[in-house]
Amino acid sequence: MPPTADVPTPDGLGAPVGLRTKDLLSIGDLSPEEIYLILDTAEAMKEVGTRSIKKVPALRGRTVVNLFFEASTRTRTSFEVAQKRLSADTINIAASGSSVVKGETLADTVRNLEAMAPDVIVVRHQSAGAGHLVARLCRARVINAGDGMHEHPTQALLDALTIRERKGTIKGLKVSIIGDLLHSRVLRSNVLLLRALGADVSVCGPATMMLPDMARLGVRATTSIDEAVEGADVVMLLRIQLERMRGYFFPSLREYFQLFGMTAERLKRAKPDAIIMHPGPMNRGVEIASDVADGPCSVILEQVANGVAVRMAVLYLLADEPQG
Amino acid sequence: MPVVMAADQVARSITRIAHEVVERHRTLDNLALIGIRTRGVPIARRLAAGLHDIVGTTVPTGVLDITLYRDDLMRHAVGPQPVLRKTDIDFSIDDRRILLVDDVLYTGRTIRAALDALIDFGRPGAIELAVLVDRGHRELPIKADYVGKNVPTSLSESVQVRLAEVDGLDEVVIQDASDS
Repeated sequence: MPPTADVPTPDGLGAPVGLRTKDLLSIGDLSPEEIYLILDTAEAMKEVGTRSIKKVPALRGRTVVNLFFEASTRTRTSFEVAQKRLSADTINIAASGSSVVKGETLADTVRNLEAMAPDVIVVRHQSAGAGHLVARLCRARVINAGDGMHEHPTQALLDALTIRERKGTIKGLKVSIIGDLLHSRVLRSNVLLLRALGADVSVCGPATMMLPDMARLGVRATTSIDEAVEGADVVMLLRIQLERMRGYFFPSLREYFQLFGMTAERLKRAKPDAIIMHPGPMNRGVEIASDVADGPCSVILEQVANGVAVRMAVLYLLADEPQG
Repeated sequence: MPVVMAADQVARSITRIAHEVVERHRTLDNLALIGIRTRGVPIARRLAAGLHDIVGTTVPTGVLDITLYRDDLMRHAVGPQPVLRKTDIDFSIDDRRILLVDDVLYTGRTIRAALDALIDFGRPGAIELAVLVDRGHRELPIKADYVGKNVPTSLSESVQVRLAEVDGLDEVVIQDASDS
């Protein structure tokens, strides 16, 4: 929206800045400035959640479709709360209750939804690139809420907001990401974001779950959890994704916990003020011990609270023109 | 670029408004100031300091960002969204007399947005409006209770309020759109 004579920019400091991208499919679509814009906007959005009437009229009359082909509690609820707080009209479509079970393809489902002129489509799908396909097929803005093992950009953004709130900055922090690296879209989005903002990132997991391209992304990899945790400012744990595993990656969940589970003892190697993060859902006693998950270093529930604010920010910044 | 208010005039206007506020209210115990971002905020803070100088009461002061309530959000086909900043009202506005503070009163649309926003925070006993400059050209039935200076303008002109806290100096200038 260009500043006009009767509409001064809210800060009067110059032309408003915005996102250049039509859709949010990958963290790679965002420049560091755009990431900071989303985080700053999310910080302002948090205040809406503290009011007695948790609703603002910014997206009044906009239609948002939540198209979820994969199970989700946190992300879907978080998006829906964000949409409702911005006064958008939301429609939820879950694969199990939709015509997908009757054999309709993703492309046909999306074309039919497009005919109803939604402004934004939030899509989660088990296949990498599903969001890109949806974006190519429709004029609506598309937000990737997780596509297979590829990316989950809003999760990385809410993690960044949580880290920045606790640590003041992201640049120069030592972040260790531990767990099922291979199957994790949360890892990919987080590595892209944290590297773009100048964090020192290392990853740790079983040798069978390493990724081939970590060095190219500027990330150190180790199979020793003690080495990974040493001196860390942030310890981020990833869920063991049994549902995505094709083959055997480790002998048993008990052995995994022995070698890679985060315990209070292991956490002592991190900085005294280190924070513990987990994108959820947690497998207690597999990737994280209960006393760590519920302990004083844990910011896991702050992550969930920040998820709503980050999604409000992304919806607000993307929905700058009516579709259809 | 004619200067319509210099620094000393800005200071005197704010002091005079503070006196008018004291004159109109039997007590300031129930009053709160809310500045509209960006430049309503330093004016509200100065007004609060002025009130403190006169009666010794510290009046609570809040910050309101009206971006999410603008009536032109998403009406333009191109260009990014306006930058959102934090609203910070750490007191209950229920049954209080709220003095809304902004730099320039023009179409009245910002004030309409601010009224909608305030009503989402609670039910104030009353809402009054103070502005440093009223430049006319209202598009809504809105009127200020306290005005620093009435500045007649044409539609092609724009009024710039500069304040030390934001811009490094205090002054109000009129710019013609054609030479900006």
